[in-house]
Amino acid sequence: MNEDYIDIILADDDEDDRLFFTDAFEELKITTKVSTYNDGVYLMDYLNSEEIILPNVLFLDLNMPRKSGMECLREIRANDKFKDIAVAIYSTSASEEDIEKTFVYGANIYIKKPDNFKKLKKVLSEVVTINWQYHTNGLNKEIFLLRL
Amino acid sequence: MKLFIKFDFNAVCRQVLKETLDLLDIKYNILGFGEVEILEKLSPDKYEALNKSLNKYNIEIVENQKSILVQKIKDTIIDMILNDETKVTIKTSAYLANTLGHSYGYLSNLFSEVTYTSIENFIILQKIEYTKQLIIKGNLSLTEIAFKLNYSSVAHLSTQFKNTTGITPSAFQRIITKRRQIQQTTN
Repeated sequence: MNEDYIDIILADDDEDDRLFFTDAFEELKITTKVSTYNDGVYLMDYLNSEEIILPNVLFLDLNMPRKSGMECLREIRANDKFKDIAVAIYSTSASEEDIEKTFVYGANIYIKKPDNFKKLKKVLSEVVTINWQYHTNGLNKEIFLLRL
Repeated sequence: MKLFIKFDFNAVCRQVLKETLDLLDIKYNILGFGEVEILEKLSPDKYEALNKSLNKYNIEIVENQKSILVQKIKDTIIDMILNDETKVTIKTSAYLANTLGHSYGYLSNLFSEVTYTSIENFIILQKIEYTKQLIIKGNLSLTEIAFKLNYSSVAHLSTQFKNTTGITPSAFQRIITKRRQIQQTTN
């Protein structure tokens, strides 16, 4: 329709991870606009500022200094303004219990950080494509759960 | 009394567009030559509202022919999934080709080009979405859902669910139930 790109945000304190992440998007078929934030406080400050275009997909690292991904997730899901954002947890490792907890608290996607660049591109491409389907087909985001 | 008026057709259209878009609180940029750039993501609802408001002035949003046909493909598929009666033995590819009057090869290429996914994947996605809704409703068992959606077995549905979403149907149900409990306690 009017979409010509997908807005993406990543909050992650690891500089290398942020770099790989932005690089991976450059080769995708769907055009994306990626911005990154170094921790949860910066991220929430940005999201809560006025007059911004909210992202379509927000990737959250779980372990960040100052404000963790889980804290961000809970703040985001407590605010109706953010209901259209798909939240993807993007984390190195977590127990089954923790993974389920992120879903229960409103995450849509859980991604275990892949250990190589090729896999990362594949996983991110999958997320963006599925999210695109939800977006363009008006599917119910409340029951959008995806684990990769 | 007779008044003679002179007007600039372009300026009128521009003003109508401006007022309509402002009223709907849409951020935009009027480009001239019948083009308007929308500077935000329009929800389907807002798009409809805009279309409706413009139609009052006989202004139409010209949609491209390809996207219209893709929408028809989607509608036909969703209709097939939701409608038990079309659960005939006819293959989806033949059904789509017959209904829409194009070869399946043409439809399939067009679909992939516009939607970034294949017709096959779209069908799976829609069936899994419908499965999710039915699971949440809770009236049917997974076996009954599998039968309703024309799966050869409940195992086939479970596998496809897991492959599509990364989680099992029972984990899905557990997560949604817990989520609702939390929502209820916070409200």
